[in-house]
Amino acid sequence: MNDFLRLITLQDANTRTVLLGTGSLGLAAGVIGALAVLRRRALVGDALAHAALPGVCVAFLVFRERSLPLFLLGALVFGVLGVLTMNAIRRFTRIKEDAAIAIVLGSFFGLGIMLSGMIQRLPSGNRAGLDSFLFGKAAGMVHADLLISAAACILALLGVAALYKELKLVGFDREFAGSLGWPVGFLDLTLMALLAIVTVVGLPAVGVVLMAALLIIPGVTAKFWTDRLAPHLALAGLFGMLSGLLGSALSAVLPSPNSSMSRGFPTGPLIVLVAGTLFVGSLLFAPRRGLVARWRTARLLQQHIDDEHLLRDLYELQEAGTPASLSTLAERRTWRTGSLHAALRRALTNADVTDRNAVITLTASGLTRAVRVIRSHRLWELYLHEHAGVAPDHVDRDADLIEHFITPNLLAKFEAQLALGDADPLRTGAALGVPLSLHPPGENAR
Amino acid sequence: MPRDAAIFALPFVGELFAYDLWVIATASLVGALCGVLGCYLLLRRLSMLGDAISHAILPGLAGAFLLSGSRSLAWMLLGAGVVGVLTGLLTAGLHRVAKIAEDASMGVVFTTLFALGVLLISFAARDVDLDPGCVLYGLLEFTPLDTVSLWGLELPRATASLAAAALVVAGVLAVMHKEIKLVAFDPALAAALGMRPTLVHFVMVALIAGVSVVSFESVGSILVVALLVTPAATAHLLTDRYARMMILAASIGALSGAGGYLLAKHIETWKVDGATLGTSTAGCVSVVCALMFLAAAAFSPRHGVLSRIARQLALKLRICREDILGMLYRAAELRSRGLSRSELTQGVGSTWLVDLALVLLRRRGLVLIQDATVRLTEQGHAEARQFVGTHRLWESFLTARLGLPPDHVHAATDRAEHFIAPDIRDKLAQDVRTTQPTESPLTDPHGRQIPGP
Repeated sequence: MNDFLRLITLQDANTRTVLLGTGSLGLAAGVIGALAVLRRRALVGDALAHAALPGVCVAFLVFRERSLPLFLLGALVFGVLGVLTMNAIRRFTRIKEDAAIAIVLGSFFGLGIMLSGMIQRLPSGNRAGLDSFLFGKAAGMVHADLLISAAACILALLGVAALYKELKLVGFDREFAGSLGWPVGFLDLTLMALLAIVTVVGLPAVGVVLMAALLIIPGVTAKFWTDRLAPHLALAGLFGMLSGLLGSALSAVLPSPNSSMSRGFPTGPLIVLVAGTLFVGSLLFAPRRGLVARWRTARLLQQHIDDEHLLRDLYELQEAGTPASLSTLAERRTWRTGSLHAALRRALTNADVTDRNAVITLTASGLTRAVRVIRSHRLWELYLHEHAGVAPDHVDRDADLIEHFITPNLLAKFEAQLALGDADPLRTGAALGVPLSLHPPGENAR
Repeated sequence: MPRDAAIFALPFVGELFAYDLWVIATASLVGALCGVLGCYLLLRRLSMLGDAISHAILPGLAGAFLLSGSRSLAWMLLGAGVVGVLTGLLTAGLHRVAKIAEDASMGVVFTTLFALGVLLISFAARDVDLDPGCVLYGLLEFTPLDTVSLWGLELPRATASLAAAALVVAGVLAVMHKEIKLVAFDPALAAALGMRPTLVHFVMVALIAGVSVVSFESVGSILVVALLVTPAATAHLLTDRYARMMILAASIGALSGAGGYLLAKHIETWKVDGATLGTSTAGCVSVVCALMFLAAAAFSPRHGVLSRIARQLALKLRICREDILGMLYRAAELRSRGLSRSELTQGVGSTWLVDLALVLLRRRGLVLIQDATVRLTEQGHAEARQFVGTHRLWESFLTARLGLPPDHVHAATDRAEHFIAPDIRDKLAQDVRTTQPTESPLTDPHGRQIPGP
């Protein structure tokens, strides 16, 4: 408990460094990654993170010195080299983008492993802290690391702010941007360079694979909340930052799973799992675009359709002079299990129908609603028959689908158009203005 | 297996022992297996799925270990197979249900699963040597130390399980060859023909997950990623046929396995700061693989970058040679003297191209160069007649048959003349003959005589 208090009040300088470092990293990765996802380059970050490894090795072999800035410089050079190789493979050979990404990833990383194997056997070097580039050691962040990741974060955000309009257009419609005369290739490379900077800075903290996660997941998560780019980027940055903060906070609080580890849970995986949880949460529960919201919308629509079908069936039974009961209603169409009962219950609650001795009759308000549906149905049938020349026995199914979506305006237009035709095309006569059915009486509406 | 007898010796590498040959055999098997399966991924444009699966099976491995408490291959295969197929299903599901781009949904799924795997391993790590480093790099050079005996034979365990995997893969490919081929190229057509593309796809995904597990122990996950894509891509640059592509990819994979080991052996002979150097064999294998891809990208007869440039250069040179012959012929018609190099350059194009073309023409004895003047030889004159004849026949044809005005035909003919074959030329001559008075020699629309063959 004491630990927890110290954590949330940021009293521990070490924890503060780690939290701020991973938080700023998550923010930058979220924003840049969202743009990469938009550009359909989600996995380039993954390849870039792998491609940076030989750079670290080369930096060590050349300078024979274990210094983070030199490592990062080497990683950046090879990361950019990787992106250029990818572009060259795609541009000059018949190999497609996905394979180009995978080839660069595998080849560069293999080269890195080969070099790091050589470094390991050097008299002067024991992997030179290279392993931390593979798996990340967020918990080992020091003040200098924090400064570097904060600087990268600010650089990335400034870059995006300065080129916002351009990156937006290139992201949504590359060809259009090109036709407007914008340097599309240069803008793409700028985005990739920003991606490389953020990736490389993040490597020592969260490692190769988990860096890819931090780039991709927040951007995809934000898609469930908005359709507009600016809020999308802001949300992606927020989700990335939250993942970084919560992940490192959790790793500081949770007890270590095994005694051989000096402190807590491994931070990198926790950060990614927080991001993954945010993703699953948004996938399920985001308003409008989440799966639950979409399922609810679909369900409400289905209920509405069921209600209208019930009312129309009741009207048509009444028209034919047959008393409506549960069994006669069930015969009229294929109801999904339980949906007829549910629709009937809703109609009773609404006082659209009454149920006397198992005979179901429309009330006045039910009749009004039923008339609206039946008018939509029959006018559409008539319209198809008169103006599109569809045979009467082919119009019912179509009308069954569309009757729920015809607006009053459209209905009035149908009426006006049909009334101009022959003498009594609507064959109304009925006080309610319901046209007679196209189908001979006695024929089942289905 | 003791390092007793040298089997044979190679330059740069030194003597190879039975031990080395086992490593080479193991590496080649991994290469061949991944190469064959990678062709499918490449054609489906799902190359990164190899990367995704090989990372995502980590929680499968850790989970299987935590549940069963054993590191036996059967449990590992089961865990990895389940999670591998799950990765494919989740990726496809997110793509379809949540409308996320396929690569992004792949990225979300495999990174999250990998993070889960790392966490699970850190629970398991208390009492097992299942460390991420080993999973990443693999220990190819130590595979012969861990042996099993089968039917009285002492075999390295990794080699034996890879051979078994190779049999399974070969069996599945043989039985489902037609289905796999069709699904790789056109899943919609496969579905229309009553095959089940999704089922075929997941059979392939399961095979890839299985091969990844078997390969893991020897070569590590990254090498699997490299070998799943690079040999297939290399083969794709060399051939257009699926069966040939698989055979080539398998050979390339096997070759890079062997080559990588030899490279690693060679690096071991280097000395830096007085100490011998060493390296990771798995890393060397993917580097050799990448070099083979580069070579194919440059020199592949049909799809290579350099071959394409060479083809274009050869065409340019032929056009330049023919243009020079034409110019010299027309000059001879007018003034019966040759042309200087600068006059030729003005008419034909860049200096170096003209120089090169002249060297070739002189070597064939078609032109003479005297006092800085280029002149046609007898033989050159005969060849130029042919060429100028074709030019003028085409002009006549365009005017007489297509009704083009005479002052519009020259530019069009200047391009077409290089691509008119002798048999078409003869037909042209017959046709132009019927449009002109029979007794007089043939003339072009500008009134010049058309030289016969």
